[in-house]
Amino acid sequence: MFPYLNLFGAAIAVSPLLILVGLWFGSWLAEKRAAEHGIRAELIYNLMMIGLAAFVIGGRLSYAAQHLNAFTADPLSLISRNFGLFDPFGGAVAAALAVLIYGQGKEIRFWAALDAFTPLFAVLMAVIPAANLATGDAFGAPSSLPWAIELWGEYRHPVQIYEAIAAGGILYLVWSGRMWKTGEPGGFLFLRFTAASALARLIFEGLRGSSPIGLFNIRLYQLAAWAVLAASLVLLDRMRASVNTTE
Amino acid sequence: MPNLTQTQFRMLAAAVLIFGAGWMGISTSLPGGTDTPGIPAPKAGFLAPDFTLATLEGESISLSDLRGKAVIVNVWASWCGPCRAEMPALEAVYREYAGEDLVLLAVNAANQDNLNQAAAFVEELRLTFPVLLDEAGQVQRLYQVSALPSTFFIRPDGTIMEVVFGGPMAEALLRTRVEMLLQEAE
Repeated sequence: MFPYLNLFGAAIAVSPLLILVGLWFGSWLAEKRAAEHGIRAELIYNLMMIGLAAFVIGGRLSYAAQHLNAFTADPLSLISRNFGLFDPFGGAVAAALAVLIYGQGKEIRFWAALDAFTPLFAVLMAVIPAANLATGDAFGAPSSLPWAIELWGEYRHPVQIYEAIAAGGILYLVWSGRMWKTGEPGGFLFLRFTAASALARLIFEGLRGSSPIGLFNIRLYQLAAWAVLAASLVLLDRMRASVNTTE
Repeated sequence: MPNLTQTQFRMLAAAVLIFGAGWMGISTSLPGGTDTPGIPAPKAGFLAPDFTLATLEGESISLSDLRGKAVIVNVWASWCGPCRAEMPALEAVYREYAGEDLVLLAVNAANQDNLNQAAAFVEELRLTFPVLLDEAGQVQRLYQVSALPSTFFIRPDGTIMEVVFGGPMAEALLRTRVEMLLQEAE
Protein backbone atom coordinates (compact mmCIF):
# COMPACT_ATOMS: atom_id res chain seq x y z
CA MET A 1 0.00 0.00 0.00
CA PHE A 2 1.38 3.39 -0.98
CA PRO A 3 -1.37 6.03 -0.63
CA TYR A 4 1.04 8.98 -0.77
CA LEU A 5 4.15 9.87 -2.73
CA ASN A 6 6.49 12.17 -0.87
CA LEU A 7 7.95 14.43 -3.55
CA PHE A 8 10.10 17.42 -2.58
CA GLY A 9 8.51 17.54 0.86
CA ALA A 10 4.92 17.48 -0.46
CA ALA A 11 2.60 14.50 0.08
CA ILE A 12 0.86 13.70 -3.21
CA ALA A 13 -2.13 11.33 -3.13
CA VAL A 14 -1.40 8.42 -5.50
CA SER A 15 -5.01 7.48 -6.24
CA PRO A 16 -6.19 10.73 -7.94
CA LEU A 17 -2.79 10.99 -9.62
CA LEU A 18 -3.22 7.54 -11.22
CA ILE A 19 -6.75 8.40 -12.35
CA LEU A 20 -5.56 11.68 -13.92
CA VAL A 21 -2.77 9.83 -15.76
CA GLY A 22 -5.36 7.24 -16.87
CA LEU A 23 -7.66 9.98 -18.16
CA TRP A 24 -4.84 11.55 -20.13
CA PHE A 25 -3.56 8.26 -21.56
CA GLY A 26 -7.05 6.92 -22.29
CA SER A 27 -8.15 10.08 -24.09
CA TRP A 28 -4.92 10.01 -26.11
CA LEU A 29 -5.70 6.43 -27.20
CA ALA A 30 -9.33 7.35 -27.94
CA GLU A 31 -8.26 10.31 -30.10
CA LYS A 32 -5.91 8.04 -32.08
CA ARG A 33 -8.75 5.69 -33.01
CA ALA A 34 -11.61 8.22 -33.26
CA ALA A 35 -11.46 8.47 -37.06
CA GLU A 36 -12.08 4.70 -37.42
CA HIS A 37 -15.47 5.31 -35.79
CA GLY A 38 -16.24 8.32 -37.98
CA ILE A 39 -15.58 10.92 -35.25
CA ARG A 40 -13.11 13.80 -35.44
CA ALA A 41 -10.34 13.61 -32.81
CA GLU A 42 -10.99 17.13 -31.48
CA LEU A 43 -14.59 16.19 -30.72
CA ILE A 44 -13.31 13.43 -28.43
CA TYR A 45 -11.23 16.00 -26.55
CA ASN A 46 -14.16 18.45 -26.33
CA LEU A 47 -16.58 15.76 -25.15
CA MET A 48 -14.13 14.61 -22.49
CA MET A 49 -13.44 18.10 -21.18
CA ILE A 50 -17.16 19.00 -21.12
CA GLY A 51 -17.99 15.71 -19.41
CA LEU A 52 -15.21 16.18 -16.85
CA ALA A 53 -16.23 19.76 -16.03
CA ALA A 54 -19.89 18.76 -15.69
CA PHE A 55 -18.89 15.78 -13.50
CA VAL A 56 -16.90 17.96 -11.10
CA ILE A 57 -19.42 20.84 -10.90
CA GLY A 58 -22.50 18.60 -10.97
CA GLY A 59 -21.10 16.29 -8.30
CA ARG A 60 -20.37 19.18 -5.93
CA LEU A 61 -23.72 20.92 -6.53
CA SER A 62 -25.63 17.67 -6.10
CA TYR A 63 -23.85 17.03 -2.78
CA ALA A 64 -24.52 20.61 -1.62
CA ALA A 65 -28.21 20.28 -2.52
CA GLN A 66 -28.42 17.17 -0.32
CA HIS A 67 -26.68 18.90 2.62
CA LEU A 68 -28.04 22.43 2.35
CA ASN A 69 -27.69 23.23 6.06
CA ALA A 70 -23.97 22.47 6.14
CA PHE A 71 -23.32 24.61 3.07
CA THR A 72 -25.56 27.47 4.20
CA ALA A 73 -23.49 27.71 7.40
CA ASP A 74 -20.26 27.77 5.38
CA PRO A 75 -20.90 28.68 1.71
CA LEU A 76 -17.16 28.75 0.91
CA SER A 77 -17.16 24.96 1.35
CA LEU A 78 -18.74 24.88 -2.11
CA ILE A 79 -15.30 25.52 -3.63
CA SER A 80 -13.26 23.44 -1.15
CA ARG A 81 -10.86 20.78 -2.48
CA ASN A 82 -12.32 18.08 -0.21
CA PHE A 83 -13.21 14.95 -2.21
CA GLY A 84 -15.63 14.01 0.57
CA LEU A 85 -18.01 16.81 -0.43
CA PHE A 86 -18.90 15.14 -3.69
CA ASP A 87 -21.77 13.03 -5.03
CA PRO A 88 -20.33 10.76 -7.78
CA PHE A 89 -23.79 9.70 -8.96
CA GLY A 90 -24.96 13.32 -9.32
CA GLY A 91 -21.68 14.10 -11.11
CA ALA A 92 -22.16 11.19 -13.52
CA VAL A 93 -25.73 12.28 -14.32
CA ALA A 94 -24.56 15.87 -14.96
CA ALA A 95 -21.68 14.63 -17.16
CA ALA A 96 -23.97 12.34 -19.17
CA LEU A 97 -26.47 15.18 -19.73
CA ALA A 98 -23.76 17.66 -20.75
CA VAL A 99 -22.15 15.18 -23.14
CA LEU A 100 -25.54 14.24 -24.65
CA ILE A 101 -26.49 17.88 -25.19
CA TYR A 102 -23.12 18.74 -26.74
CA GLY A 103 -23.14 15.56 -28.82
CA GLN A 104 -26.62 16.28 -30.18
CA GLY A 105 -25.60 19.85 -31.05
CA LYS A 106 -22.63 18.52 -33.02
CA GLU A 107 -24.73 15.67 -34.48
CA ILE A 108 -22.39 13.00 -33.10
CA ARG A 109 -23.80 9.48 -33.48
CA PHE A 110 -24.45 7.97 -30.05
CA TRP A 111 -23.11 4.44 -30.57
CA ALA A 112 -20.15 5.60 -32.65
CA ALA A 113 -19.18 8.01 -29.86
CA LEU A 114 -19.34 5.21 -27.26
CA ASP A 115 -17.14 3.02 -29.50
CA ALA A 116 -14.67 5.86 -29.90
CA PHE A 117 -14.50 6.38 -26.13
CA THR A 118 -14.05 2.66 -25.39
CA PRO A 119 -10.21 2.82 -25.20
CA LEU A 120 -10.58 5.55 -22.53
CA PHE A 121 -13.10 3.46 -20.57
CA ALA A 122 -10.80 0.42 -20.88
CA VAL A 123 -7.80 2.35 -19.51
CA LEU A 124 -9.88 3.67 -16.59
CA MET A 125 -11.07 0.14 -15.78
CA ALA A 126 -7.40 -0.88 -15.47
CA VAL A 127 -6.30 2.20 -13.54
CA ILE A 128 -9.07 2.18 -10.91
CA PRO A 129 -8.01 -1.19 -9.36
CA ALA A 130 -4.41 0.09 -9.30
CA ALA A 131 -5.62 3.20 -7.46
CA ASN A 132 -7.54 0.95 -5.05
CA LEU A 133 -4.39 -1.09 -4.44
CA ALA A 134 -2.52 2.11 -3.59
CA THR A 135 -5.09 3.13 -0.98
CA GLY A 136 -6.04 -0.39 0.19
CA ASP A 137 -9.66 0.13 -0.90
CA ALA A 138 -11.88 -2.54 -2.49
CA PHE A 139 -9.78 -5.18 -0.71
CA GLY A 140 -10.11 -8.94 -1.02
CA ALA A 141 -11.60 -11.57 1.26
CA PRO A 142 -9.29 -13.45 3.67
CA SER A 143 -7.30 -16.13 1.86
CA SER A 144 -4.55 -18.66 2.58
CA LEU A 145 -3.37 -18.85 -1.03
CA PRO A 146 0.40 -18.43 -1.49
CA TRP A 147 -0.05 -15.15 -3.37
CA ALA A 148 -2.36 -13.61 -0.74
CA ILE A 149 -1.29 -10.14 0.39
CA GLU A 150 -1.30 -8.85 3.97
CA LEU A 151 -3.79 -6.03 4.25
CA TRP A 152 -5.88 -4.69 7.12
CA GLY A 153 -4.88 -7.34 9.62
CA GLU A 154 -5.36 -10.43 7.39
CA TYR A 155 -3.86 -12.25 4.42
CA ARG A 156 -6.27 -11.47 1.58
CA HIS A 157 -6.98 -12.14 -2.09
CA PRO A 158 -5.18 -9.43 -4.09
CA VAL A 159 -8.49 -8.66 -5.83
CA GLN A 160 -7.24 -5.29 -7.04
CA ILE A 161 -4.43 -7.08 -8.91
CA TYR A 162 -6.83 -9.69 -10.37
CA GLU A 163 -9.08 -6.87 -11.58
CA ALA A 164 -6.18 -4.86 -13.02
CA ILE A 165 -4.87 -7.93 -14.92
CA ALA A 166 -8.35 -8.70 -16.33
CA ALA A 167 -8.87 -5.05 -17.30
CA GLY A 168 -5.39 -4.99 -18.86
CA GLY A 169 -6.35 -8.04 -20.97
CA ILE A 170 -9.60 -6.37 -22.04
CA LEU A 171 -7.68 -3.17 -22.92
CA TYR A 172 -5.34 -5.28 -25.08
CA LEU A 173 -8.33 -6.84 -26.90
CA VAL A 174 -9.86 -3.38 -27.44
CA TRP A 175 -6.64 -1.77 -28.68
CA SER A 176 -5.40 -4.68 -30.81
CA GLY A 177 -8.64 -4.74 -32.79
CA ARG A 178 -9.58 -8.25 -31.63
CA MET A 179 -12.84 -6.96 -30.18
CA TRP A 180 -14.04 -5.09 -33.24
CA LYS A 181 -13.96 -5.52 -37.00
CA THR A 182 -13.61 -2.46 -39.24
CA GLY A 183 -16.92 -1.77 -40.93
CA GLU A 184 -19.08 -3.14 -38.10
CA PRO A 185 -21.95 -0.79 -37.16
CA GLY A 186 -21.55 1.50 -34.14
CA GLY A 187 -22.01 0.01 -30.68
CA PHE A 188 -20.44 -3.42 -31.15
CA LEU A 189 -17.08 -2.51 -29.65
CA PHE A 190 -18.59 -0.71 -26.67
CA LEU A 191 -21.09 -3.48 -25.91
CA ARG A 192 -18.46 -6.24 -26.16
CA PHE A 193 -16.19 -4.22 -23.86
CA THR A 194 -19.05 -3.65 -21.40
CA ALA A 195 -19.98 -7.34 -21.42
CA ALA A 196 -16.36 -8.42 -20.85
CA SER A 197 -15.81 -5.85 -18.07
CA ALA A 198 -19.09 -6.75 -16.36
CA LEU A 199 -18.17 -10.46 -16.46
CA ALA A 200 -14.77 -9.72 -14.92
CA ARG A 201 -16.43 -7.64 -12.20
CA LEU A 202 -19.01 -10.36 -11.55
CA ILE A 203 -16.26 -12.94 -11.06
CA PHE A 204 -13.84 -10.92 -8.91
CA GLU A 205 -16.51 -9.23 -6.79
CA GLY A 206 -17.12 -12.70 -5.32
CA LEU A 207 -13.59 -12.66 -3.91
CA ARG A 208 -13.87 -9.21 -2.35
CA GLY A 209 -13.97 -8.66 1.37
CA SER A 210 -15.65 -5.27 1.16
CA SER A 211 -18.78 -5.94 -0.91
CA PRO A 212 -22.01 -4.24 0.11
CA ILE A 213 -24.43 -7.06 0.86
CA GLY A 214 -28.16 -7.00 0.02
CA LEU A 215 -31.15 -9.29 0.39
CA PHE A 216 -30.39 -13.06 0.61
CA ASN A 217 -26.69 -12.22 1.19
CA ILE A 218 -26.28 -11.23 -2.45
CA ARG A 219 -23.35 -8.93 -3.19
CA LEU A 220 -24.95 -5.81 -4.68
CA TYR A 221 -22.12 -5.00 -7.11
CA GLN A 222 -22.29 -8.56 -8.43
CA LEU A 223 -26.01 -8.13 -9.04
CA ALA A 224 -25.37 -4.82 -10.84
CA ALA A 225 -22.58 -6.43 -12.92
CA TRP A 226 -24.89 -9.32 -13.87
CA ALA A 227 -27.60 -6.83 -14.95
CA VAL A 228 -25.08 -4.88 -17.08
CA LEU A 229 -23.80 -8.13 -18.58
CA ALA A 230 -27.33 -9.26 -19.45
CA ALA A 231 -28.26 -5.87 -20.95
CA SER A 232 -25.05 -5.81 -23.05
CA LEU A 233 -25.65 -9.33 -24.36
CA VAL A 234 -29.31 -8.60 -25.21
CA LEU A 235 -28.35 -5.39 -27.06
CA LEU A 236 -25.55 -7.21 -28.88
CA ASP A 237 -28.01 -9.94 -29.90
CA ARG A 238 -30.43 -7.35 -31.28
CA MET A 239 -27.69 -5.55 -33.19
CA ARG A 240 -26.44 -8.81 -34.66
CA ALA A 241 -29.99 -9.73 -35.68
CA SER A 242 -30.53 -6.35 -37.36
CA VAL A 243 -27.16 -6.62 -39.20
CA ASN A 244 -28.07 -10.16 -40.38
CA THR A 245 -31.49 -8.93 -41.59
CA THR A 246 -29.88 -6.02 -43.49
CA GLU A 247 -27.38 -8.41 -45.12
CA MET B 1 -13.67 -12.04 -33.27
CA PRO B 2 -14.87 -15.60 -33.98
CA ASN B 3 -17.81 -15.70 -36.43
CA LEU B 4 -20.71 -17.13 -34.45
CA THR B 5 -24.14 -17.79 -35.87
CA GLN B 6 -27.06 -16.09 -34.13
CA THR B 7 -28.00 -19.38 -32.44
CA GLN B 8 -24.42 -20.01 -31.27
CA PHE B 9 -24.23 -16.47 -29.90
CA ARG B 10 -27.49 -16.89 -27.98
CA MET B 11 -26.35 -20.21 -26.52
CA LEU B 12 -23.03 -18.67 -25.46
CA ALA B 13 -24.80 -15.64 -23.94
CA ALA B 14 -27.21 -17.90 -22.02
CA ALA B 15 -24.31 -20.04 -20.75
CA VAL B 16 -22.43 -16.93 -19.57
CA LEU B 17 -25.51 -15.57 -17.76
CA ILE B 18 -26.23 -18.94 -16.11
CA PHE B 19 -22.59 -19.20 -15.00
CA GLY B 20 -22.79 -15.62 -13.67
CA ALA B 21 -25.97 -16.32 -11.72
CA GLY B 22 -24.45 -19.53 -10.33
CA TRP B 23 -21.26 -17.76 -9.22
CA MET B 24 -23.37 -15.02 -7.63
CA GLY B 25 -25.18 -17.73 -5.64
CA ILE B 26 -21.92 -19.41 -4.59
CA SER B 27 -20.50 -16.02 -3.58
CA THR B 28 -23.24 -15.53 -0.99
CA SER B 29 -21.56 -18.15 1.20
CA LEU B 30 -18.03 -16.78 0.73
CA PRO B 31 -16.70 -14.32 3.31
CA GLY B 32 -17.56 -10.80 2.22
CA GLY B 33 -18.91 -7.44 3.18
CA THR B 34 -17.26 -5.04 5.55
CA ASP B 35 -18.32 -7.26 8.41
CA THR B 36 -14.91 -7.43 10.08
CA PRO B 37 -15.68 -7.46 13.78
CA GLY B 38 -12.78 -7.43 16.14
CA ILE B 39 -10.07 -6.65 13.59
CA PRO B 40 -8.47 -3.33 14.48
CA ALA B 41 -7.29 -1.48 11.38
CA PRO B 42 -7.22 2.17 10.33
CA LYS B 43 -9.81 1.64 7.60
CA ALA B 44 -13.51 2.37 7.21
CA GLY B 45 -15.58 -0.58 8.46
CA PHE B 46 -12.88 -1.86 10.83
CA LEU B 47 -12.50 -1.43 14.58
CA ALA B 48 -10.55 1.73 15.43
CA PRO B 49 -7.24 0.65 17.05
CA ASP B 50 -7.23 1.49 20.74
CA PHE B 51 -4.70 3.88 22.28
CA THR B 52 -4.04 5.70 25.52
CA LEU B 53 -2.34 9.11 25.52
CA ALA B 54 -1.81 11.98 27.91
CA THR B 55 -3.30 15.42 27.22
CA LEU B 56 -1.38 18.70 27.32
CA GLU B 57 -2.67 19.04 30.90
CA GLY B 58 -1.39 15.55 31.85
CA GLU B 59 -4.76 13.78 31.96
CA SER B 60 -4.83 10.27 30.43
CA ILE B 61 -7.46 9.40 27.79
CA SER B 62 -8.14 5.97 26.22
CA LEU B 63 -10.14 5.62 23.04
CA SER B 64 -11.84 2.46 24.34
CA ASP B 65 -13.29 4.46 27.27
CA LEU B 66 -15.23 6.57 24.79
CA ARG B 67 -17.30 3.65 23.42
CA GLY B 68 -20.92 4.79 22.99
CA LYS B 69 -19.87 8.23 21.78
CA ALA B 70 -19.05 9.51 18.32
CA VAL B 71 -15.33 10.29 18.18
CA ILE B 72 -13.22 12.36 15.80
CA VAL B 73 -9.47 11.68 15.95
CA ASN B 74 -7.48 14.40 14.20
CA VAL B 75 -3.72 13.88 13.91
CA TRP B 76 -1.86 17.18 13.49
CA ALA B 77 1.37 19.11 14.01
CA SER B 78 1.93 22.82 14.60
CA TRP B 79 4.34 23.16 11.64
CA CYS B 80 1.77 21.67 9.23
CA GLY B 81 -0.06 24.41 7.30
CA PRO B 82 -3.24 22.46 6.42
CA CYS B 83 -3.47 21.26 10.08
CA ARG B 84 -3.39 24.86 11.31
CA ALA B 85 -5.86 25.93 8.62
CA GLU B 86 -8.51 23.38 9.61
CA MET B 87 -8.28 23.86 13.39
CA PRO B 88 -10.74 26.81 13.50
CA ALA B 89 -13.32 24.69 11.62
CA LEU B 90 -12.78 21.81 14.07
CA GLU B 91 -13.22 24.17 17.02
CA ALA B 92 -16.36 25.77 15.51
CA VAL B 93 -18.01 22.41 14.87
CA TYR B 94 -16.93 21.06 18.29
CA ARG B 95 -18.54 24.05 20.04
CA GLU B 96 -21.66 23.79 17.89
CA TYR B 97 -22.21 20.14 18.90
CA ALA B 98 -21.01 20.55 22.51
CA GLY B 99 -24.27 19.20 23.95
CA GLU B 100 -24.18 16.02 21.86
CA ASP B 101 -22.39 12.70 22.39
CA LEU B 102 -19.40 13.85 20.38
CA VAL B 103 -15.73 13.77 21.41
CA LEU B 104 -12.94 15.37 19.43
CA LEU B 105 -9.39 14.21 20.13
CA ALA B 106 -6.66 16.34 18.53
CA VAL B 107 -3.63 14.04 18.56
CA ASN B 108 -0.47 16.11 18.24
CA ALA B 109 2.31 14.26 16.40
CA ALA B 110 4.61 15.26 19.28
CA ASN B 111 7.47 13.03 18.08
CA GLN B 112 7.85 15.35 15.09
CA ASP B 113 6.68 18.61 16.66
CA ASN B 114 7.90 21.19 19.16
CA LEU B 115 5.85 20.99 22.35
CA ASN B 116 6.13 24.73 23.10
CA GLN B 117 4.99 25.68 19.61
CA ALA B 118 2.11 23.19 19.76
CA ALA B 119 0.99 24.54 23.15
CA ALA B 120 1.29 28.15 21.91
CA PHE B 121 -0.87 27.30 18.89
CA VAL B 122 -3.54 25.70 21.10
CA GLU B 123 -3.48 28.80 23.31
CA GLU B 124 -3.60 31.19 20.35
CA LEU B 125 -6.72 29.52 18.89
CA ARG B 126 -8.21 28.88 22.33
CA LEU B 127 -8.98 25.29 21.42
CA THR B 128 -11.40 23.73 23.89
CA PHE B 129 -11.16 20.06 22.85
CA PRO B 130 -8.57 17.69 24.37
CA VAL B 131 -5.13 17.84 22.76
CA LEU B 132 -3.25 14.54 23.18
CA LEU B 133 0.50 14.14 22.84
CA ASP B 134 1.68 11.24 20.66
CA GLU B 135 5.26 11.43 21.88
CA ALA B 136 6.26 7.88 20.83
CA GLY B 137 4.37 8.02 17.51
CA GLN B 138 2.09 5.20 18.75
CA VAL B 139 -1.11 6.55 17.15
CA GLN B 140 0.69 7.45 13.92
CA ARG B 141 1.90 3.83 13.62
CA LEU B 142 -1.41 2.23 14.62
CA TYR B 143 -3.36 4.46 12.22
CA GLN B 144 -0.72 4.27 9.44
CA VAL B 145 -0.62 8.06 9.23
CA SER B 146 1.41 8.94 6.14
CA ALA B 147 0.22 12.55 5.72
CA LEU B 148 -0.77 15.33 8.09
CA PRO B 149 -3.45 16.14 8.93
CA SER B 150 -5.28 12.79 9.03
CA THR B 151 -8.77 12.53 10.48
CA PHE B 152 -10.67 9.42 11.58
CA PHE B 153 -14.44 9.54 12.15
CA ILE B 154 -15.33 6.79 14.63
CA ARG B 155 -18.84 5.48 15.28
CA PRO B 156 -20.20 4.95 18.80
CA ASP B 157 -19.67 1.17 18.33
CA GLY B 158 -15.93 1.78 17.88
CA THR B 159 -15.76 1.13 14.13
CA ILE B 160 -14.33 3.66 11.71
CA MET B 161 -16.90 5.40 9.51
CA GLU B 162 -14.50 7.36 7.32
CA VAL B 163 -10.87 8.37 7.04
CA VAL B 164 -9.83 11.74 5.58
CA PHE B 165 -6.15 12.05 4.68
CA GLY B 166 -4.88 15.56 4.10
CA GLY B 167 -6.58 18.87 4.57
CA PRO B 168 -7.70 21.43 5.33
CA MET B 169 -11.20 19.99 5.83
CA ALA B 170 -14.04 22.35 5.05
CA GLU B 171 -16.56 23.11 7.79
CA ALA B 172 -19.30 21.59 5.62
CA LEU B 173 -17.38 18.30 5.47
CA LEU B 174 -17.04 18.23 9.24
CA ARG B 175 -20.71 19.11 9.77
CA THR B 176 -22.00 16.44 7.40
CA ARG B 177 -19.77 13.77 8.97
CA VAL B 178 -20.71 14.76 12.53
CA GLU B 179 -24.40 14.66 11.57
CA MET B 180 -23.91 11.17 10.08
CA LEU B 181 -22.08 9.96 13.20
CA LEU B 182 -24.73 11.35 15.53
CA GLN B 183 -27.54 9.88 13.44
CA GLU B 184 -25.92 6.46 13.83
CA ALA B 185 -25.67 7.03 17.56
CA GLU B 186 -29.45 7.52 17.87
